[in-house]
Order: sequence, then structure tokens, then C-alpha cells
Amino acid sequence: MDAFTTHTGVGVPLRRSNVDTDQIIPAHYLKRVSRTGFEDGLFAAWRDNPDFVLNRPEYSNGSVLVAGPDFGTGSSREHAVWALMNYGFRAVIAPRFGDIFRGNSGKAGLVAAQVDDKVVSRLWDFLEDNPGGVVTVDLESRTVKAGEGADAIEDSFDIDDYTRWRLLEGLDDIGITLGHADDITAYEQGRPSFKPATL
Amino acid sequence: MGRTLAEKVWDEHVVRTAPGEPDLLYIDLHLIHEVTSPQAFEGLRLSDRTVRRPDLTLATEDHNVPTVDWDKPIADPVSRTQVETLRRNAEEFGIRLHALGDKDQGIVHIIGPQLGLTQPGMTIVCGDSHTSTHGAFGALAFGIGTSEVEHVLATQTLTQKRPRTMAVTVNGSLPDGVTAKDLVLTLITHTGTGGGQGYIVEYRGPAIEELSMEGRMTICNMSIEWGAKAGMIAPDQTTFDYLADKPEAPKGADWDAAVEHWRGLVTDDDATYDKEIVLDASTMTPFVTWGTNPGQGVPLGEAVPDPASFDEPSDRVAAEKALEYMALTAGTPMREVKVDTVFVGSCTNGRIEDLRLAAEVIKGRTVDPDTRLLVVPGSAKVRLQAEDEGLDVVFKEAGAEWRGAGCSMCLGMNPDQLAPGERSASTSNRNFEGRQGKGGRTHLVSVPVAAATAVRGTLSSPADLPALD
Repeated sequence: MDAFTTHTGVGVPLRRSNVDTDQIIPAHYLKRVSRTGFEDGLFAAWRDNPDFVLNRPEYSNGSVLVAGPDFGTGSSREHAVWALMNYGFRAVIAPRFGDIFRGNSGKAGLVAAQVDDKVVSRLWDFLEDNPGGVVTVDLESRTVKAGEGADAIEDSFDIDDYTRWRLLEGLDDIGITLGHADDITAYEQGRPSFKPATL
Repeated sequence: MGRTLAEKVWDEHVVRTAPGEPDLLYIDLHLIHEVTSPQAFEGLRLSDRTVRRPDLTLATEDHNVPTVDWDKPIADPVSRTQVETLRRNAEEFGIRLHALGDKDQGIVHIIGPQLGLTQPGMTIVCGDSHTSTHGAFGALAFGIGTSEVEHVLATQTLTQKRPRTMAVTVNGSLPDGVTAKDLVLTLITHTGTGGGQGYIVEYRGPAIEELSMEGRMTICNMSIEWGAKAGMIAPDQTTFDYLADKPEAPKGADWDAAVEHWRGLVTDDDATYDKEIVLDASTMTPFVTWGTNPGQGVPLGEAVPDPASFDEPSDRVAAEKALEYMALTAGTPMREVKVDTVFVGSCTNGRIEDLRLAAEVIKGRTVDPDTRLLVVPGSAKVRLQAEDEGLDVVFKEAGAEWRGAGCSMCLGMNPDQLAPGERSASTSNRNFEGRQGKGGRTHLVSVPVAAATAVRGTLSSPADLPALD
């Protein structure tokens, strides 16, 4: 996984709540056996609409998605995170995320920045008034920033300490756990005999 | 200080704990399927790692398989590649696989319990959000992403932050004709889709204790639909009786030791939850969704709501968007909504008890000529048992389609899909836009409502059907 410290890029306002992972990428697009090539399925149903935000040229190089509450609910498909990343997104800002989506983001290297509802509303207004405007997601200081002068937006975001540390360092989760292999072996020796086995 | 059921099961699985870090949890059973595992196996190969415990891993084929011609090679080449990839990975890493055509093949959350591999007090994970189903046995079970699938394959553990706990206490008894599905749909409309976020939920109270294991699985299955990390129900005599004759349940002295341990898996009287919700089952009625998330529902006897009736502005906007997508007008009685396709099946309602309930309503009646009824058993074993009981004949004589086992029309991935604009009454778990096929419109319903709807062609309960001679 690539390390993430700070990112500044075009913000994309997605004025919707409850964007489930079926909307992020429909099941029809989940048949590939690789981690790449999922960008075609990103928001597939909505992209048929020429007015959809990603179809507007000002937002075409978007890399910071700003969405409403309960983003990434539903299916556990990590393909939703891959589709966003394959398309070019590095961070998603929302007031609340589906648990599994947030976990998947942290593993795959996408920053899921949880902010207050009001921050999302202000970012939406800013990005609609200034199409192509940029948003900064600073993982070190846990802040999101956009705009300048008196109307500048700057607020903190929530991300759990452990995920932040791994993202900052670009660490492989499995490698860390394998460093505790002795603990796992010790635990296995104490498992009761009535626990089932599949072989 | 007492502990809750969830805390007890959690504590039993902590391999390592350290300040400022999530716990490292041991996983007792890892279920895998063709859609969310290929990239995990590829990751293992790229890092020169292997599967630590193939003997605690079980694979099946369910999401991306056809439910007709399942004894022939899969027609769609991309789907066939995905399924064949699972077969190659299972072979390479020595994992037991119940492939299409095998008598134990089926939806991953149906086969675990019916084999007896799902047991109280276990930790069970799968790259599928409906893994919460297994919580009905008092297991801690939750869905994970593919990176975590790879982590479990490599280490048989997961790093997890300890969630908060919530109790959903359901008092009273469900009235006749009202099912576990109606109960959980009522709950989700009450809490909203984010209401369970960050919690392991324990369902308890008299109405839960009265449910069969099948009903309990339906409830726990939909925990994710209101955002919960997992749903659990304390094991009791109903649980032990269900497990006693299952092929892979413990036997002899192991059974006695297991039951003794399982009896302790209840929340202590002096334990506290971080949150509690109390519901009354006796006031519940058949419940259906009108919108595009499982929290947008009403009793079947009511009408499509007016978006203006919602207090929260975001709920109002969501309702307007949902009604537009669903092509519904506020004020229309739900019973007048005309349905094109009825789907009975899925990990929510594809068990033998569900098929018996559907057959009971359908028997001696015929499916409305403008409506299609698809009955899809959740596993090959459910199919065989239903055929043994003659349920398939009941369905076929009524004009329904009787299919092979799989996820089928729950998710718009395999050939079973709604056409654009088509409307379904579905016993599955998600009514998201396009979930059952691009442009498809889904109403989530219970099994009896699904069966009655197939007969009348509009959303209905069995009470709406004329009595049989």
C-alpha cells in the first residue's frame, strides 16, 4: 500500500445520502478477478445521466469525493473502494460511513474522512459555486481545507488512530500480524476440541 | 461486573491486545465464495504467503452461478472464469469446496448452519455482509472486505476495534401471519439504515425466544441493513435442538462439553449495554418497503408516504428521490401496487421453513397470469428436501418457476435479474436502486406476503386471498 500524508485535488460534490455500495458499483461489474479495471462500473447507473456530477467536465479530474451521510453502506464488496481508487479518488469525505466500507478503505489506501454534517454542506456549496475547486485532506493534522479568505473552510476529521498510522506509514496489515505469529500459535493450542473443522 | 453475550464471545477470541491498537481476534470459521476471494488468493501468491488453516475454511459457489442449467458449464465466459478461479484456488491451497452440482452447494449463509459448522460462541467471517446471519446461533459473525479475506487466509485472525453493544428487546408475541421478516423490517424503519452503526446488537426478549432458528437467522441476517457490525441471539434449547442432528455438530463427549460451554453464552444479569431499544411484537403487522433502502418501509395496510411528512430535510429529499425511482405516488395504498415478479429465496428467506410457508399459501391456487413467481432454494439440500416433501410440485402446478440453488435474483449479478422498470416483491434483503437488475424496482416483503402477492398480482397478505373451497 502507498503511504498517504496529504492530498490536494479537485473536489466532487455528491449531494446524496445513503449511497450504498451497490450504487458505487453494481454487482454486474464484480466479475473481474483482478483489483484493477473497476472504474467503468463506478456509479454506473448514475453516469447514464449527462447531468451527473462526474459527467461534468469541471469535475472530471476529481480526486476528493464529498458525500452525504451513510456513504458505503450495504454490501461488503471491496470493489467499491477499488472502483473509486481506479477512477482516481484518493479520499472520501462524509458525515458517516458504512462500517465495512470504512474498514476496506483503510486497508486499500483510500482515506475515509468523517466530518460533521455542516462541513459537508459547506463543502458542497463551495464546490458547486466554484466548480473544479480543490479540497485538501491532510492526514497528519486530520484536517480538511477548501477555499480562501473569510469563507475558507477548515475543520478536523475523524479517522481511527491505528488506520491513520498505517496509512501514513503505508504498512501492510498482514505483515504486521504475521509478526505476532507466536501469539497466534499459542492461542491455537488452547482452542477447545469441540470446535469444528472443515477437513 | 457482568458481561454481555457479545463481550463474552469477543473475549474468548482475543489473541493479542495492546494499548492504542485494535484487538487481534482469532477466527473459528472462514467462509469464502467466488466473488470476493480471487484478489485475496492472488495477494497471497504475490507475497509468497499461504493459507494458515485450510481446515477452518470452507468455500462454495453462490453469487455468480445460474439457477437453471446448473448441471451444464456456465454460459457467460466472465462468470465461468470467476467460478473456475475459485475452483483452482481451492485446489491449490487445499480448501474444501462445495461446487455447483455438489449436494452441499448453496448460499454460504445457508450451508454453514445446515452442515452444523455454525455453532454458538464461534467467530465466523466471510467476504459478504450477510455473514451476520450466523449470529442467530450466538456466534459473533460479520462481513469483511477482500483485504480482510486475505488477512484471515494468511493468519486466521483479524484486527478489530471492540465495538459497542446494543440490546434490541422484543416483548410480546408476533401475531399469526406476522413473521421474523416483518419484525426486522419494522425495526429498520424505526432505526434508519445507520441506527446500528458501530454496535454489535443482541436481539432478545420473548418474541425472539419464540422464533425458530430459521426466523432468528432472518433477523440476524438483516442486521447489516441498519448498519450493525453484527447481530446475535443467545443460544438456548431451540439452538441445541437444531444443531443436535447436523452432520458436523460435535458428537459424544464433545457435544456434552460444547453444550455446557454454550449454556454460559448469555448476557449476565448485571451486564450493561451501551444502548437499548425496546419493541412490542404484538402490535406488528405484515411490513413492506416502498423506497430504495431497507429503512423506507410501512405496514402493508398503509399507503405510500408523502415525502413532506418526514421531519428531517435529508429524509425528505431521500423519499422524493426514492418515489421517483420507484415510480410511486404518495397516498397510493400499498395493496394497490402492481408487481411483475415475485422472488422467494436468498440468505434471508431461502431456507426450508420459508419454502414450506410459501407452499402453504400457494397450494391449490395459481399465480396471477401477469406475474412471474421465482422460487429459489437457498441450497441444494433445501432443494432436495423440498422436492422430497413435494413442495416443488405445489409451486410448479401453480405456475411458478422452480430453480436450482444460489443467490439468484437477490443481487443482479447472475442471469436472474429484473428488466429496467420491472417491479418485484422480494423476500431478499436489499431494495437499493438497481439491486436486482439495472432499473429494477424492489419491494422487500416476508414469505407469506410474497406468496400472496404472486397470486393476486398486487402487494397482498394471505388474508387478502379468497378462501379455498
